[in-house]
Amino acid sequence: MTRALIVHQAGPGLSLQDSGRPGYLVYGLSRGGAADTLALAEGAALLGQSPDLAALEMTGMGGTFEAGEDMRIALTGAPMQAAIDGAPAAWNASHLLHAGEKLTIGAARSGVYGYLHVGGGFDGPITLGSRSAHLASGLGGRVQGGASLPVGPDKGGDTGMTLPGDDRFSGGTVRVVPSLQTHLFPDSEIARFEATTFTRDNRGNRMGVRVVPEGDGFAPEGGLSVLSEIIVPGDIQITGDGTPFVLLAECQTTGGYPRIGAVLPCDLPRVAQAASGSTLRFRFVSPEDGLQALRRAADHRKGLARAAYPLVRDPYRIRDLLSYQLISGVTAGDD
Amino acid sequence: MTEDNTTKWPLIRPAGLDGLLVSFGDRLSEPANRAALAYRAQVERAGWSGVEECSTSLVSAYLRFDPLAVDPDAIRAQAQSLLDSRDWYDAALPHGRRLWRIPTVYGTELAPQLDEAAQAAGLSPAQAIDHLSQTRVRVQTIGFAPGQPYLGELPPEWDIPRQTALTDSVPIGALTVAIRQLVLFSVSTPTGWRHVGQTAMRLFRPDSDAPFVLRPGDEVLFPQVTPAELENMRADPDGGARAEALA
Repeated sequence: MTRALIVHQAGPGLSLQDSGRPGYLVYGLSRGGAADTLALAEGAALLGQSPDLAALEMTGMGGTFEAGEDMRIALTGAPMQAAIDGAPAAWNASHLLHAGEKLTIGAARSGVYGYLHVGGGFDGPITLGSRSAHLASGLGGRVQGGASLPVGPDKGGDTGMTLPGDDRFSGGTVRVVPSLQTHLFPDSEIARFEATTFTRDNRGNRMGVRVVPEGDGFAPEGGLSVLSEIIVPGDIQITGDGTPFVLLAECQTTGGYPRIGAVLPCDLPRVAQAASGSTLRFRFVSPEDGLQALRRAADHRKGLARAAYPLVRDPYRIRDLLSYQLISGVTAGDD
Repeated sequence: MTEDNTTKWPLIRPAGLDGLLVSFGDRLSEPANRAALAYRAQVERAGWSGVEECSTSLVSAYLRFDPLAVDPDAIRAQAQSLLDSRDWYDAALPHGRRLWRIPTVYGTELAPQLDEAAQAAGLSPAQAIDHLSQTRVRVQTIGFAPGQPYLGELPPEWDIPRQTALTDSVPIGALTVAIRQLVLFSVSTPTGWRHVGQTAMRLFRPDSDAPFVLRPGDEVLFPQVTPAELENMRADPDGGARAEALA
């Protein structure tokens, strides 16, 4: 068999994603890449490989897959129902998928974007420096049922590892710094923006998500005719009807609607992973506090490989349970 | 707080934590557009450490950097020093410019918002077509979508706002208008710009050696053709468009 992952059945929103293609902003092409870059880093940590390798991004639900030969896999991002030949497979964990075994991934229990990583990463054509599909511009495309996805060589390593859980899959508060046009909004509108609870609309994709305020929309002075200006992921545009759009990885590169602020890059996965109907709030922080948050997030990513630990096995499935040393250490619980 | 007459241009502003925007005005003008293009080209040549990407919009140059790798204040000082090094407003247009003629159907079911846009501009549909098909416009920047040009400047009547509600989708090759500018769409996407013409031009060709067709500084005319004529041009990726070199 060739080293490939066979896609027997595919959910509607599957695409290969890596860390994207920087450098084409000047030609109107946004960086793109995984909607949840932290999930890419988690998969890389679980498999002990580079975070620049491509993974399969699954929007809302997964599909049915079969390994062409034994391969290591990891499942990260929005937790989804997963099983290998019918036996439940832990999310946020790495597994060994034997040749011929069926991996089924169902609907997300929370969040939006789940990721299937393979040891060696998905191979396939590199266009303009990346394997990422950029769906909005017709670059690459969705992965369909019947596809056979080539997988790169795996240098091997552990499976059965997991990472501590994360709470970014059900909305919450994200941090924002002022942006180019924040000053066009009166202070009272900024205060109301921070005090408002927003509901993630069902209009959302890899370009951005619409968030509906519980009260009135937001309006700058003379807002609809500001000059089109550079847009980057994280920018919060206020569209004509006063409803904010938070821009994500595959966003357009310029836009003429005014921006009330910019979500910190490290908080953007929380926005991307907020499923339709979940609530979000925005809190302005100073640039200094923002940088501090970025630094902490970068340290967290660097520490992921060390944070991985073995999955606890179900005692009922361990035949010689009594031969195991069940308590190997005691700590104060604050480590 | 609003920008008032005391705002001095050019101006450097932070754009999020990892970006700087060097702006040469708060409205589109040819000198400001030329300044932004030339400034960006110089940043690209200089290759500052820590700068990961640079781009232009209509009247601004944008720099993205890694704020954990370089001190944002240092990058800003570097940008200011470059800004102070010359008068950017008298910079020349980029070299190798071309004049494109891109055949366009105005109105009809192919471009359903011509009448509405003409009315917003205070023109009859026939006058609107005259303006749009005979004004030679220039690519001021590429943006929004891959290879997609913002073109200007149209006569003052065309200083019309974007729509308050988004059109669900315009097709590839759609010619749209707002605020004295045209945008020729390279992708199919929702937009607040009004769809007044339709072309058969493909501006983004990812598998080609030249994936992005138009360049800032290129000039464009959109001569009127009939729907039947346009249909015949659809097999050609250039959609019947022709380019000639400008001196």
